[in-house]
Amino acid sequence: MKKHTRHLILALVATLGVAAVPVSHAADTPAVETLRGRDVAEPELDSKVYRQERDRPPIPRDYVQQPPLIPHVTESYTITANFNKCMDCHSWTRYKESGATKVSITHFKDRDGRELSNISPRRYFCTQCHVPQTNAKPLVNNTFQRAEGLR
Amino acid sequence: MTQDNNKSLWRRMRGAGLGLMVVVFVAGIVFWGGFNTAMEWTNREAFCISCHEMEENVFKEYRNTIHYSNRSGVRATCPDCHVPKDWTHKIIRKIQASNEVYHHLLGSIDTPEKFNAKRLQLAQNEWRRMKKTDSRECRNCHNFEYFDYMEQRSRSAKMHQDGLGEGKTCIDCHKGIAHSLPAIEQEIGADKGGVAPEIFHPPAAPAE
Repeated sequence: MKKHTRHLILALVATLGVAAVPVSHAADTPAVETLRGRDVAEPELDSKVYRQERDRPPIPRDYVQQPPLIPHVTESYTITANFNKCMDCHSWTRYKESGATKVSITHFKDRDGRELSNISPRRYFCTQCHVPQTNAKPLVNNTFQRAEGLR
Repeated sequence: MTQDNNKSLWRRMRGAGLGLMVVVFVAGIVFWGGFNTAMEWTNREAFCISCHEMEENVFKEYRNTIHYSNRSGVRATCPDCHVPKDWTHKIIRKIQASNEVYHHLLGSIDTPEKFNAKRLQLAQNEWRRMKKTDSRECRNCHNFEYFDYMEQRSRSAKMHQDGLGEGKTCIDCHKGIAHSLPAIEQEIGADKGGVAPEIFHPPAAPAE
């Protein structure tokens, strides 16, 4: 009986010891941080901490074939099956009245290369390529320069 | 003797008449107060969303919009936009609302599917009403005479001045700002059977 209890206690101590090892080990290695200075295990920063930039004239392109950036606020603008808010101003039937840039005619081509009379459904989700700008600052320095022909 | 009787009869009649007038007057006040209280009781958001149709569909959509939640916390509730403020127009709208009670009892739009099937018609009803009254309910809070175009963003400043110059009214452009839009025909891909472009963007009224 006494022997039995001793074995049990020894087993418990051993288990605790094994469990304690990774904890003490983790304490002396630095935690992995994201570029934003947060623990990688933490949830992503809420995108709402960045504000969209106010309206400005069209932003010059940085590289050849770059989808033009959106130079205005797009909060509350939605693209749904019922309605595409972007095309309410940027379509060829609407741009004159709205004063917006008209959508490129390259977008009228469907995936089989046929020309349609309006933008192709495969171009419906504008924000897949065209993105609004926020006040987020670059996290690392870089030496990127605009493509030569576009400088 | 007869003169005396006549006099007392006349006096009694006058007394009764006065009493009746007081009773009618008080009853009038009570009725009028009660009527208006009851009407105002139905003019609350809590009353509007007490029915499933409103709570499940339009109210949920509206919670994501600027008229529900914004930086300054000023809110528009259902009746602010959907019930006129002045008495005559309010009572007309309330009488029309009996049709809504009828369809509530019929269960015409009591599921999101049924509601969406009717969204095109329901949205156009509201657009028509707003257009007819020169967007009266918008103007309870928004008055374009006090617009500060320096404070507005460049796009809105331009569009507001152009639009108001052409005699347009708020609802001509601001559709679907508090609730989801029905299908709008934009001629991209297959025909959606949605609202025609000339209804969604009505042409400016000819200059008089």
